[in-house]
Amino acid sequence: MIPTLPDPTALASAVSARDRIALARALNLLDDRRPAARECAAAFLDALPVEKLEAGSHLIGITGPPGAGKSSLTAALIQVWRQRGLKVAILAVDPSSPISGGALLGDRLRMHASGADREVFIRSLACRGEFGGLSAEVWPMSLAMLAAFDIVLVETVGVGQKEIDVSKMTDTTCFVAQPASGDSIQFLKAGIMEIPHVIVVNKEDIGMAARKTLSELKTTLGRRTDMDGWQAPALSASAALGSGIEALADALESHRNWLLERGQFIARRQRCQAEWLIKHLREEFGRYGINRLGGEEALFADLAHAPRRSPIAAYEDLRARVIPTP
Amino acid sequence: MTTPIKRDKPWLMRTYSGHSSAKASNQLYRTNLSKGQTGLSVAFDLPTQTGYDSDHPLARGEVGKVGVPIGNIGDMEALFDQIPLGQMNTSMTINATAAWLLSLYVAVAERQGATPAQLQGTTQNDILKEYLSRGTYIFPPQPSVRLITDIIAYTVKNIPKWNPTNICSYHLQEAGATPTQELAYALSTAIAILDAVRDSGQIGAEGFEQVVGRISFFVNAGIRFIEETCKMRAFGEMWDHLTQERYGAQSEDMRRFRYGVQVNSLGLTEAQPENNVQRIVLEMLGITLSKKARARALQLPAWNEALGLPRPWDQQWALRMQQVLAFETDLLEYGDIFDGSPVIAAKVKALVDGATAEMARVQEQGGMVQAIESGYVKRQLVTSHTERMRAIERGDLKIVGLNCYRETEESPLTGGVDSGIMKVDPRAEREQIERLNAFRAQRNNAEVKAALATLAETARGGANIMPASILCAHAGVTTGEWSQTLRDIFGEYRAPTGIDIPANDDSRGAKAVAIRAEVTKTGEAVGRPLRLLIGKPGLDGHSNGAEQIAVKGRDVGFEIVYEGIRLTAEQIAKAALEEGVHLIGLSVLSGSHVEMVEDVFNQLDQVGLKHLPVVIGGIIPESDAKLLKERGISAVYTPKDIDMNGIMVDILNLIRKDHDLQPVAVE
Repeated sequence: MIPTLPDPTALASAVSARDRIALARALNLLDDRRPAARECAAAFLDALPVEKLEAGSHLIGITGPPGAGKSSLTAALIQVWRQRGLKVAILAVDPSSPISGGALLGDRLRMHASGADREVFIRSLACRGEFGGLSAEVWPMSLAMLAAFDIVLVETVGVGQKEIDVSKMTDTTCFVAQPASGDSIQFLKAGIMEIPHVIVVNKEDIGMAARKTLSELKTTLGRRTDMDGWQAPALSASAALGSGIEALADALESHRNWLLERGQFIARRQRCQAEWLIKHLREEFGRYGINRLGGEEALFADLAHAPRRSPIAAYEDLRARVIPTP
Repeated sequence: MTTPIKRDKPWLMRTYSGHSSAKASNQLYRTNLSKGQTGLSVAFDLPTQTGYDSDHPLARGEVGKVGVPIGNIGDMEALFDQIPLGQMNTSMTINATAAWLLSLYVAVAERQGATPAQLQGTTQNDILKEYLSRGTYIFPPQPSVRLITDIIAYTVKNIPKWNPTNICSYHLQEAGATPTQELAYALSTAIAILDAVRDSGQIGAEGFEQVVGRISFFVNAGIRFIEETCKMRAFGEMWDHLTQERYGAQSEDMRRFRYGVQVNSLGLTEAQPENNVQRIVLEMLGITLSKKARARALQLPAWNEALGLPRPWDQQWALRMQQVLAFETDLLEYGDIFDGSPVIAAKVKALVDGATAEMARVQEQGGMVQAIESGYVKRQLVTSHTERMRAIERGDLKIVGLNCYRETEESPLTGGVDSGIMKVDPRAEREQIERLNAFRAQRNNAEVKAALATLAETARGGANIMPASILCAHAGVTTGEWSQTLRDIFGEYRAPTGIDIPANDDSRGAKAVAIRAEVTKTGEAVGRPLRLLIGKPGLDGHSNGAEQIAVKGRDVGFEIVYEGIRLTAEQIAKAALEEGVHLIGLSVLSGSHVEMVEDVFNQLDQVGLKHLPVVIGGIIPESDAKLLKERGISAVYTPKDIDMNGIMVDILNLIRKDHDLQPVAVE
């Protein structure tokens, strides 16, 4: 049986009333590439309540090299957040098979700690090699989840510099470093990798190697700040032992509070959307598309200050400007 | 008058059995012993193996299905009623809860008036292989290794004739291991365990040779019986070498490779099941022909295992096969008939070399525990099994009746009123719960509480877990209580699934490419890429089928959500909803498919997914298949369905049908 397209307004109010079935439907809709569904999705996103999307929740990105333990750390964070009474949604991005296009969405298994808890919602996404390790659906789906959950966490596999793409589409980015691996430190030093908002060395239970990596990271970070003036803390934790997780949750929250106090929270969300729009344009039209619209810098400034609207509708407008209809 | 010919003593003859209740299983055991069986092999049901009481929600549908439910000392006493444990040799297939079941066994023996020193038998107690196959683990690797270690240390001191651990290569073969992999991973497990016992300090250096001498193995024997003979000789050589070099065992006796066998179940077919009889007999030759490498104990599967649970008559037939070989043939009259054969020697050497190299790879990663935690070993097994399945599908690996010589007369063996299998009485579960409640009502709760407190304290500290567990057994603690106490302290574990392996050559083949194109096109037609949820509900840990479907699905372009074994129906419905899947594939091999399907449908209904197509795979008798379809299952797959591409096309067409699209044919 084909579910017919939903009424976008009704769906939006059900999602903001935290209806899980409605949220699942909304995510399916946002994944749907048929033209009629795109229109419906745009209307749905426009109908979401503004408060949640501007300040009422926290969008966090978690990234790091494969094997660093992002999923187990996420599972541990979920427990802490749940103890604090927060409702948590996860978008887990898994790579897909370059040969078949098929994908094994395995993060759900690694985060299994959530069991049957209805206040934890996990959606996996296959990244089809596009969008720099993200998936184009991450931003619109994050918005839908933000309307229904207190914390939305996007988990991506990162290799080298690509991983930090997620930082441009979240309020707060957490980088999980692998003990005894100097790669992330080298990337930071060389300025290849942007500075995340929180750095955590996982597996502190292994001892010496983790402590050494932490102290190297602290030295490398020094007093450097990101473009907003935030100085990233470096912590250590152990998902296996459950140690350092409370402190990590606190550090993530203090970045959010810092943004709110300085009145940068809404501006940052708008920048995220601008980043997404430009990235999406570049995927579809390359530099040609960006240049048609006045070049990246001007376009970004424009988009970051435009009035709020759904990313899909905004994108369709930009698209129409690149390919003018006769 | 001629002098009687000197014959070797035959191996221990057992039948892996147990079902419904302790009382019913006791009757079966006594019947089997009267038929000439010389030892017992206890099969426990899944709740007992995974540490749940019969009334736990996860136990629903599983009580008394694949073995006997043992929930407390009352059940254990009933199981061995009129069987003097001081004289019996009992093998117990028990792992995560081995310390508990052994404690119950010791407590019952004490009540019967036997001393621990008299007891003989085996606890399987190899939890590491449970992470790779079979899946009845509970705790993470570290506390699991500690439990194994405690049992070994305790029995070496107190039950010296007991085999505290049976390191298993059996289940590795069932999960797809080649003979080389069986050798390598079983011996790597032995290293991990012996190292842990040594490092625990519970046994001094002077007693360590005794520990080495108590380690026994549980091995599989496949249909390639010459190679299997060589594998057993390779095991013997490698074990002798390992125990001498690594652990300094001096006595030849302590270095002997002692093993029991259950012959292969993986190769038994549902199609023309009578052919399984000759398969079982040939497999038995592989582990008995060579005197040097002959099994100490043997249990044979029944011919109809791929159809469902065997009946007493089927098990009797399996026992008679052993008796004919041991007592009618001249096998036991000769020395080793392979010594001096260059063909055998060359094959043994090739196996030893291959296994030695793989063992080195495992040691490089830090040992067996680390290689399991990283998913390395499981990926190797899934890869081997995938290759095996594809070879069967292509016809390169011939299986008579399955992928060649398929024409057949109707079998008189499967035509009876019971379709040739045993049905567990559906009242068994309810009656077991009633007995459990009655037991709880009459025990001394203060004593139970005190015993559990002692257990918790022992688990948190470092002392041996056995004395506290035996105390619990006498006090009337239940299986669920013992396990929950340790769950609270040790935590629970989910093992890597091993399905994240690279696509193999078949996925570049014309057929796979054609299916992929249709999967992509259908995804475009329905708006988004097609997603399948592979779910294993219930306590059954046999995951080969689920893993193969997951890998194949990925290779033909589906997005696959697979969360591993032991999910509740609620978790499956939750995942289906949150992940927005187009179809669910369930896999159940424990015989509880009817209950599981009912639960999953109820849960799907609650999240508004009643329409979602659901298919199921497993050991499902035809009458049940019909019933499941009536209840809304879209397709049922059993071991005779080997055409994986065909299954993928089926699944694709079920999704198309759900979206009002015409079916496609892929040539």
